[in-house]
Amino acid sequence: MEKFNTIISSAVPLTTENIDTDQIIPARFLKATTRDGFGDNLFRDWRFDKNNDPITTFPLEDPKYDGSILVAGKNFGCGSSREHAAWAIADYGFKVVICSEFADIFQNNALNNGVLVVTVSAEFLAKSFSAIEVNNQAAFKIDLKNQFVELVASGDKESFQINGYRKECLINGYDNIDYLISQKEKIAAFESAK
Amino acid sequence: MGKTLFDKIYDKHIVSSIPDGPDVFYIDVQYIHEVTSPQAFEGLRQRGIKVARPKQVCATADHNVPTENQHLPIQNDLSRHQVSTLVQNCEEFGIDLYGLEHPFQGIVHVVGPELGVTKPGMTMVCGDSHTSTHGAFGAIAFGVGTSEVEMVLATQCLMQHRPKRMRITVEGDLQKGVTAKDIVLYVISKTTAAGGTGYFVEFAGSAFSSLTMEGRMTVCNMSIEMGARGGLIAPDETTFEYVKGREFAPKGADWDKAVSEWKELYTDEDATFDKEFNFDASDIEPMITYGTNPGMGIGITQKIPSAADIGATTVKEIESFDKAMEYMDFKPGQAMLGKKIDYVFVGSCTNARIEDFREVAEIVKGKQKADNVTAWLVPGSKQVEKQIFDEGLAEIIEAAGFKIRQPGCSACLAMNDDKVPTGAYCVSTSNRNFEGRQGPGARTMLASPSTAAATAIVGKITNPADLI
Repeated sequence: MEKFNTIISSAVPLTTENIDTDQIIPARFLKATTRDGFGDNLFRDWRFDKNNDPITTFPLEDPKYDGSILVAGKNFGCGSSREHAAWAIADYGFKVVICSEFADIFQNNALNNGVLVVTVSAEFLAKSFSAIEVNNQAAFKIDLKNQFVELVASGDKESFQINGYRKECLINGYDNIDYLISQKEKIAAFESAK
Repeated sequence: MGKTLFDKIYDKHIVSSIPDGPDVFYIDVQYIHEVTSPQAFEGLRQRGIKVARPKQVCATADHNVPTENQHLPIQNDLSRHQVSTLVQNCEEFGIDLYGLEHPFQGIVHVVGPELGVTKPGMTMVCGDSHTSTHGAFGAIAFGVGTSEVEMVLATQCLMQHRPKRMRITVEGDLQKGVTAKDIVLYVISKTTAAGGTGYFVEFAGSAFSSLTMEGRMTVCNMSIEMGARGGLIAPDETTFEYVKGREFAPKGADWDKAVSEWKELYTDEDATFDKEFNFDASDIEPMITYGTNPGMGIGITQKIPSAADIGATTVKEIESFDKAMEYMDFKPGQAMLGKKIDYVFVGSCTNARIEDFREVAEIVKGKQKADNVTAWLVPGSKQVEKQIFDEGLAEIIEAAGFKIRQPGCSACLAMNDDKVPTGAYCVSTSNRNFEGRQGPGARTMLASPSTAAATAIVGKITNPADLI
């Protein structure tokens, strides 16, 4: 997994709340047997109309927005456990998703793919949307090591929580499977004691 | 201090704990299907490792399968490839597969319980959020992503953080026409679609303990729809009776030993929860959803609320509500009863078990479906399908003009051929009314099998209590 460092980037705003993983990647695109190429179909039905023409009122297709950060309305990633949603977000080029509340499974899936989920207060989320509204290219700074997110222009800052183990994994690019495989003997001992 | 049912099971499955980190958490059984497993097997190949405990993995094909002409090769190239990839992976890694030609094939969350693979006190995962279904047996069961599927294939363990505990108690007797589906839709309408985020839920009280196992599975199935990782119900005689004698249930002396262990699976009186909800069963009427998340549900006789009625105060909340109204082409104040509909779907891992079809048969017996309605009934498994015919339900249902199809996830998620057309209204017994869930532009209203059946007969949204 790629190592995660401090990121400074503009952000794409998606103010809708309760965005479910069926919107992030509709089921008809889940038929692949590899992890690649899902970015093209990220938010497919919100990005493209029936004739496959881009819907430019949707922020991902609106040229005034770009960046490797997605800022989303609360309860982002609810619904289906499909990791394809996290793959699509990563493949599209997002490295961070900022939201006031993430669905549990999505949060794990994102972190397992090196996408940092940053949970902020409702107030900070509102400030973030306002900052992008005022300046579509407003810069955000995400400092994982020191666990804060900053709106660079105003200097508004908020710290965020992340589990120490998860943080180490992201910073060093470790993955959970390597760790679990290193625990094989302990697991076998647990099984025989059952 | 006493322990909750959840903690009793959780604690028994901790292999080790990382300070300020997750637990190495042991998984007794992993269910897999064709959609969320191929990349996990590919990961094992890249690492050059085998499946750690192939006998603790149970596989079936459900999401992609057609529900007609299952004896023929799958028409869609990508679907066929994904299903055949599952067959190859199971062969290569030594996993038992209940594939399309197998008499046990079906929706993974119907198959596991009916085979007795799912048992009280177990931990189970699957790359599918509705794995919460298996919690009905007093087990910890939850959905995981494909990276986690790979972890469990590789080591039979997950890196897991202990969730917070919630208890939802519903006491009292149900009104006429009210079923397990209505209880859970009611609960979600109160908690909202995000109210359970971060929690594992125990469902307690007489409204749940009086349900059959099928009903309890319907309830636990939808715990994810309030954002909870999973839900569970303490096992009792109803549970033991259901498990007894099934293909993979313990037999003889093993059975007695198992039951005595399962009887310890309850929440101690002095155990505490991080959050509790209490509801009165008699307040619940048949439920239906009007919006684009499962929390947007109301009693069938009520009118669609306004954004303010459901407590939306911020601009973003109101915009999200308006977006749902626009998608559904509904307006606040509009009645649900009498709304003309186009499709009825009875199926999915929420409501495709034998009891659900008995419920439908009882309502449609001797009646004819309305001409404007296309009605699909899709059994959850080959075994349920067989039972529908053996019990004579098929005859009643087909005489009423419904089409019984072959087992699979079908129109729940628009991944196979069964899709609801753009703009059409579908009363569905499935679990999600998200935009496009049943097909691009399809408008889904979630309800019980009874409500779906009554609606199909009248051609308009109908209170099943009026037809019983």
